[in-house]
Amino acid sequence: MNIRTLIAGSILASGAVFAVPASAADIGACLITKTDINPFFVKMKEGASAEAQKLGIRLSSYAGKVDGDHESQVNAVETCIADGAKGILITASDTSAITDVVKRARDRGILVIALDTPLDPVDAADATFATDNFEAGRLIGAWAKASVEDPENAKIAMLDLNESQPTVGVLRDQGFLEGFGIDTADKSRWGDETDERVVGHEVTQGNEEGGLRAMENLLLQDPEINVVYTINEPAAAGAYEALQSAGRAGDVLIVSVDGGCPGVKNVQDGVIGATSQQYPLDMARLGIQAIAKFAETGEKPKASEGLDFTNTGVNLVTDKPVDGVPSISVAEGLDRCWG
Amino acid sequence: MVSQSTDHERSARDADTSSPVFDRPKRSLIGQIQHLLHNNPTLVPVLILLASVVVFAIATDGRLITGLAIKITLEQVSIVGILACAQTLVILTAGIDLSIGAVMVLSYVAMGHLAVTYGLPAPAALLGGFGVGMGLGAVSGLLVTRVKLPPFIVTLGMWQIVLATVYLYTGSQSIRSQAIDTTAPLLKLFGERVSIGGWDLTILGAPVIYAVVLMVAIFAVFSYIMRLTAWGRHVYAVGDDKEAADLAGVRSDKVVFSVYVVAGFIAAFAAWAAIGRVGSISPSSFAEANLDSIAAVVIGGTSLFGGRGTILGSLFGALTVGTFATGLKLAGADPQWVLFASGCLIILAVALDQWIRRISA
Repeated sequence: MNIRTLIAGSILASGAVFAVPASAADIGACLITKTDINPFFVKMKEGASAEAQKLGIRLSSYAGKVDGDHESQVNAVETCIADGAKGILITASDTSAITDVVKRARDRGILVIALDTPLDPVDAADATFATDNFEAGRLIGAWAKASVEDPENAKIAMLDLNESQPTVGVLRDQGFLEGFGIDTADKSRWGDETDERVVGHEVTQGNEEGGLRAMENLLLQDPEINVVYTINEPAAAGAYEALQSAGRAGDVLIVSVDGGCPGVKNVQDGVIGATSQQYPLDMARLGIQAIAKFAETGEKPKASEGLDFTNTGVNLVTDKPVDGVPSISVAEGLDRCWG
Repeated sequence: MVSQSTDHERSARDADTSSPVFDRPKRSLIGQIQHLLHNNPTLVPVLILLASVVVFAIATDGRLITGLAIKITLEQVSIVGILACAQTLVILTAGIDLSIGAVMVLSYVAMGHLAVTYGLPAPAALLGGFGVGMGLGAVSGLLVTRVKLPPFIVTLGMWQIVLATVYLYTGSQSIRSQAIDTTAPLLKLFGERVSIGGWDLTILGAPVIYAVVLMVAIFAVFSYIMRLTAWGRHVYAVGDDKEAADLAGVRSDKVVFSVYVVAGFIAAFAAWAAIGRVGSISPSSFAEANLDSIAAVVIGGTSLFGGRGTILGSLFGALTVGTFATGLKLAGADPQWVLFASGCLIILAVALDQWIRRISA
């Protein structure tokens, strides 16, 4: 390793700085993601770059070193302010702490749009472009209800994210239950339902090993589980392994949320029955469009009707469509998947 | 006549010729228990395990003692259990290995990508994974013995470096179970049910996977090595008192270095078993395996100060945590309580260890 790559490496490591000038246009925009290694954010950057190039916007991309790296994101926002950017797209690592520096940016007349993750409070940003996670859950819930043989006597396993019940996990979980026609009690938390069809909630940390362990534990409580909700596709893959070793893989419906490429391939292979696909590329693409429009007319994007954010779309991916639940085919899902 | 003052042998003549009796204070019942536990370090974890099995068997109306519950508990314990064996070796040298979980993950990522992405034959991919595990162990070992850095710092750094490598290399993407099935089924060997010539190994009717057998085998082998080989005794000696061991002719730096390499070797075995158990190559799994393995070792009665504890204790420690996890879930407790109980167990175990150690003071 020569000294130059060493220096370049340490600059990169010290705060992830790489500006990508797309054109000589005078409209500047920033994209700040949690990390730049997660395929979800890679896709996001792809969408932003392509749209910026098309509209002739100068895009600078920044990322934290790891998920939760708040410091780098603050530095990035400050750099964008100094740079005279017109708009900032941000996936915040610390949704409440980032609001101070975001306010400074907005006070300077910069349009700030939260992507994927709403700030806390949500109106700390001018707009939020995100997946409607409740709708994502509702779609798989409705599909499962229409696909399972006897929904009135279904036995449902709920494989959630983690003990702290982050919003995204609660929204997907409660959306699923509502879609299935189960009383959710308090919508702001999972686990308080009294419907006997819900066998139990277990946490998975959103990975395969967690999904496997959670499914094993729930099968121990009730070996007759026939519907499995999962927070994301890696957890679903783990659940499938547990069902397989219990000899139940064929007769249990697994549903999930995300739409990553390995997940959609698992729908194709019959591991997952249906998954709700979200579109990080669209979040960034629409974000760049909104910045261009704001620079031109001063108009800010409006939230979707009935929501406090702009829904960037979610589709049910399955090759076994049911009446009354709109869906797209696995082929289309593979076409639009990320990662 | 000999004067009294010059009768030098008198004291010898009159001396008490019976065997010397040391002043032995009368021990209370608690004192006797303390002594018993001090002399049998494996007894504490065994008793804790038995007690937790009994309590949870009652609390769950016997559902803990069914074949399926035992099978699932054993399988859930298997990977962390194997890592706990490696962790015990390191802790016995008065070290600690915070990187052991990440080393395992990088080992199985290497095995998976060598086989599936680069199309190497499965045995070669496995060798590559073992190379990664032992290589990383060697790096930690060198930093501890040659650069003289504290093991905590070395393995804290290695943990983050190895984990970052995993994420950078894989882009957080898993290799799907189905892809491994078609290209390199050997990688999933330890996920198969134990079946020898048509005879299936079962526990109360529930079939067991090879990962559990591997865990038991590794503990048996290392238990033997630690008790009855020179290397094993040297590990204890170095952990108990490095200077004394050096003076006694033990080349303690070599011993410590070899312990980290052996720990990496065991971690690679855990990696192979993890592919079988989880099915896919999952870069985001086992994020807390390092801490879980330390918990098993501590609950198993091994002292964090080195030199005291047994390999088998860690097996019982891991099984105790597993029994708590399964038992609490069967009893219908929220997942948070498993975390809570595990924390209590750790503190209880160390407090007990301190109390037992006080005997020598």
